[in-house]
Amino acid sequence: MQWETVIGLEVHVQLATQSKIFSGASTAFGAEPNTQACAIDLGLPGVLPVLNEGAVAMAVQFGLAINAEIPETSLFERKNYFYPDLPKGYQTSQMAQPIVGKGEVEILLDDDSRKRVRIHHAHLEEDAGKSLHEDFHGMTGVDLNRAGTPLLEIVSEPDMRSAREAVAYIRALHAIVTYLGISDGNMAEGSMRCDVNVSVRPKGQETFGTRAEIKNVNSFRFVERAIEFEVERQIELLEDGGKVVQETRLYDPDLDETRSMRTKEEANDYRYFPCPDLLPVMLDEAYIEHQRATLPELPSEKRDRFENTLGLSAYDAGVLSSTRPMAEYFEAVLAVCGDAKQAANWVQGELSAHLNRENIDIGNSPVTPEQLGELISRVLDDTINGKAAKQVFAALWNNEGTSADEIIDARGLKQVTDTGAIEAMIDQVIAESPVQVAQYREADEAKRGKMIGYFVGQVMKASRGTANPQQVNGLLKQKLDQA
Amino acid sequence: MAIEHADVLRAAHLARLGLDSDTEAAAYVDDLSRILEMVDRLRAIDTEGVAPLSHPLDATQRLRPDEVTETNQREAFQACAPETSDGLYLVPRVVE
Amino acid sequence: MHQMTLTELAKGIKAGDFSSRELTTSLLDRIERLDGDINSFITVTRDQALAAADAADQARARGDDRPLAGLPLAIKDIFCTRGIRTSCGSKMLDNFQAPYSATVVEKLEAAGMVSLGKTNMDEFAMGSSNESSYYGPVKNPWDLSAVPGGSSGGSAAAVAAGFAPAALGTDTGGSIRQPAAFCGITGLKPTYGRVSRYGMVAFASSLDQGGPMARSAADCALLLGAIAGHDLRDSTSVARVVPDYLAELDTPLAGLKIGLPKEYFGDGLDDEVEGAIREAIGTFESLGAKVCEVSLPHTHLAVPAYYVIAPAEASSNLSRYDGVRFGHRCDNPVDLEDLYKRSRAEGFGDEVKRRILIGTHTLSEGFFDAYYRKAQQVRRLIRQDFLDAFEEVDVLMGPAAPTPAFDLGAKKDPVSMYLQDIYTIAINLAGIPGISVPAGFAGKRPIGLQILGQHFAEGQLLNVAHQFQQATDWHRRHPSDQETT
Repeated sequence: MQWETVIGLEVHVQLATQSKIFSGASTAFGAEPNTQACAIDLGLPGVLPVLNEGAVAMAVQFGLAINAEIPETSLFERKNYFYPDLPKGYQTSQMAQPIVGKGEVEILLDDDSRKRVRIHHAHLEEDAGKSLHEDFHGMTGVDLNRAGTPLLEIVSEPDMRSAREAVAYIRALHAIVTYLGISDGNMAEGSMRCDVNVSVRPKGQETFGTRAEIKNVNSFRFVERAIEFEVERQIELLEDGGKVVQETRLYDPDLDETRSMRTKEEANDYRYFPCPDLLPVMLDEAYIEHQRATLPELPSEKRDRFENTLGLSAYDAGVLSSTRPMAEYFEAVLAVCGDAKQAANWVQGELSAHLNRENIDIGNSPVTPEQLGELISRVLDDTINGKAAKQVFAALWNNEGTSADEIIDARGLKQVTDTGAIEAMIDQVIAESPVQVAQYREADEAKRGKMIGYFVGQVMKASRGTANPQQVNGLLKQKLDQA
Repeated sequence: MAIEHADVLRAAHLARLGLDSDTEAAAYVDDLSRILEMVDRLRAIDTEGVAPLSHPLDATQRLRPDEVTETNQREAFQACAPETSDGLYLVPRVVE
Repeated sequence: MHQMTLTELAKGIKAGDFSSRELTTSLLDRIERLDGDINSFITVTRDQALAAADAADQARARGDDRPLAGLPLAIKDIFCTRGIRTSCGSKMLDNFQAPYSATVVEKLEAAGMVSLGKTNMDEFAMGSSNESSYYGPVKNPWDLSAVPGGSSGGSAAAVAAGFAPAALGTDTGGSIRQPAAFCGITGLKPTYGRVSRYGMVAFASSLDQGGPMARSAADCALLLGAIAGHDLRDSTSVARVVPDYLAELDTPLAGLKIGLPKEYFGDGLDDEVEGAIREAIGTFESLGAKVCEVSLPHTHLAVPAYYVIAPAEASSNLSRYDGVRFGHRCDNPVDLEDLYKRSRAEGFGDEVKRRILIGTHTLSEGFFDAYYRKAQQVRRLIRQDFLDAFEEVDVLMGPAAPTPAFDLGAKKDPVSMYLQDIYTIAINLAGIPGISVPAGFAGKRPIGLQILGQHFAEGQLLNVAHQFQQATDWHRRHPSDQETT
């Protein structure tokens, strides 16, 4: 049987506020345990929450970025359950009236086509603390520094049909939140955490199959692998005549499998009700318009512009707009050199290769976009050839000079375009290679095309790479073919 | 709506209230039944179309500027904690 | 000194008749001598009180003329006080010292007031008799066989017994007004949002409100002026100017329109109470007020709606008492579940558990709409009753409670206890202010007249109550006190 995979995601994004959603404690990552948990975060008696404007603004910005409706009124509710990392015995969240309504996110598929994923809603809530299970005299330690950090939970419709689409969706969300600057998007530190709902159904069937929820998957790669494992598991189960149970599962990256979470909670009953300590949040048109005015150009808008205005390929436009630092770098290079295709090639080629090799983020590149732009300009105005350009790039990367021009001068890499000088070098090479010349002249046209490479190499060598390769090629052909 | 023994046990579990014995549970079934019987008077009135009221005043939420105003007071907060170690609150081992 | 009002004590200190230290010492000694029988205090803070009194005396010597400086008061043990136990009447918090103070406590400290200590109360403010306290029941100073009312029973008893000229209380369903009535003192529940709830241990957040309990309406006006106001730490507190409540006290009542809700004079109202209330109404008529009957048609639904909403909020508010970060923790828990269940079973008393169970049940799946949603709809109808009535009249009047103080141990059945609050509970659901003023006696036991006003009409309520107290002397009566007279 042909199966179809159906995937919906709930993505928790930690918002990049300075202080917590309901208290003035810091949200900085990595502090000593419980040093950033104030009386409100600890749920001490009598203390009360006050909503952080920064968190509201960020949620609204996200909503506007996905063309969502922003309801005039939203409400905070309490989700009641007991857990050591949940200090008050309830999580303040939103249920019936979230801050962001229906919207949509455009994702880029592997074949460079685009697809729209519908967003059901996004809501604000507070993060929980962390339970540390290392041995504290046989006990669990609880650190509440993270408790109260603002989260935006983004809930999609079940619109994705493969693990790759799910990954593309998370990448698109990642791009949006980092473009907006509302999250650092650092998945390793838990700034983006995904709950994945997966089901399968026979191809052509309308109704959804029973889904399993895979909790807390924290990298693009793990999302893909967890889904692939889960899909395979469900199909095998169904083909063997079994049934998928609606349950929560955990993905174990070490074993590369999902497994059922022991259901200590026979049936969760969260008893949602409006939080009586917080009042309805009312956002008027003026506030929303003010937030709209702060929005930067978004990834999909940039992609369109790169493709349609700058004339880049769909693939290049997709890669270069995928993250804000990448797009900003590319645009800064372009601003200096003025040639989008060259800028795109250099950023995705030489620069990315170096960055990947040394595992450096583009934002920390040792070669600045201004340096790279100048280097490309020198290629474009024929000051240097491509080969010399790579040398200059390597020198800039290793901080052996502060600008392309300086390195070109210091190393004498300026391209030789003087025909007389090149002819002299060619004559010399021809004089020193009688055997090869004889062979060349005996060969037919097709073979000659291959054999000329030897002479070009010799001439380039003689010029220490500075001769203009096109000129060398043309003149060589003339001289060799003369006889 | 009557409340059954099982409802009380379920509520006690959700609220993490230990009940010592069946007798204790039975006493709560008794008390809660009478309270809910009194509460059931609400059913006599038609509230179709009446918006629920969560707060007595029709006020809206004030927003706080996003600023860090709290300093580390871990020592003071943990002075009243039952059990801590290395700055962490300790609880019986949680199995995930 | 122990029978003087705040206003009189302030004059005495200002005139140099006595110092704050002398006053404070005399009250502390009296508490030590007599509170054994009454049990109105959970914690007496003698050392801190004397230090604060000395500081006030020294400041006065340097020219400080803050009106409340050096005046003593008692604080219900529901308000957090930095470095001093805040028990909320519960074993759960028997060992809890908050590292912060409630906003109202900070305000009173800043005004120079001297706290004598923390008063007894029903556990987590859940009760109408002060019998649910972990620290034992409080007795009514007028009749030691009677309850003082609740949940602010300790505060009411302390004021009535001459231990403190005034006290802070809280009122979620009548917890200031009913004990004020039972103990023959004046108690004001302000409009919801008028006084900050920050640092006040939560019972039912959408109903709780702190307020003054004292020997006169004028004293309540003085205290309300000191504690009211917007608090950036409480989202539900209201940004609205605090008027000069003292300035309004002397407005004449001629032409005042008084409404008598007919539902507050029906079945179940004690004859002596009704007689006293009707007599008080007569006094207002003689002061030039006009009286008419009004109707609050949903009154009979107030107690049922309240016993859904308050326990629901409480069940969630009290989840934080889990034995992890503060408060009672059971010995040797075998696992997490055991830690939660035993700590909470041991730390909470019966009435608190009942309400947690009711609230948990009514919020749970399958019951929410029938109970919680329905109760919130009824809450709107109840508020509308009051808004409609205030289209016709300026204030409403009636009894604060259907009977005078009942005997200790008389009400074993929770429902009969809940029905005690039949005249006070709707006021919290509607969020309007109410005041109880002494208006007579049934035998030895006082009777309270309740006056209700529109949202933020505290000034008018205090004015009306003050004018009544200019015309009567019920508020000047004190329990016979052979030992000290």
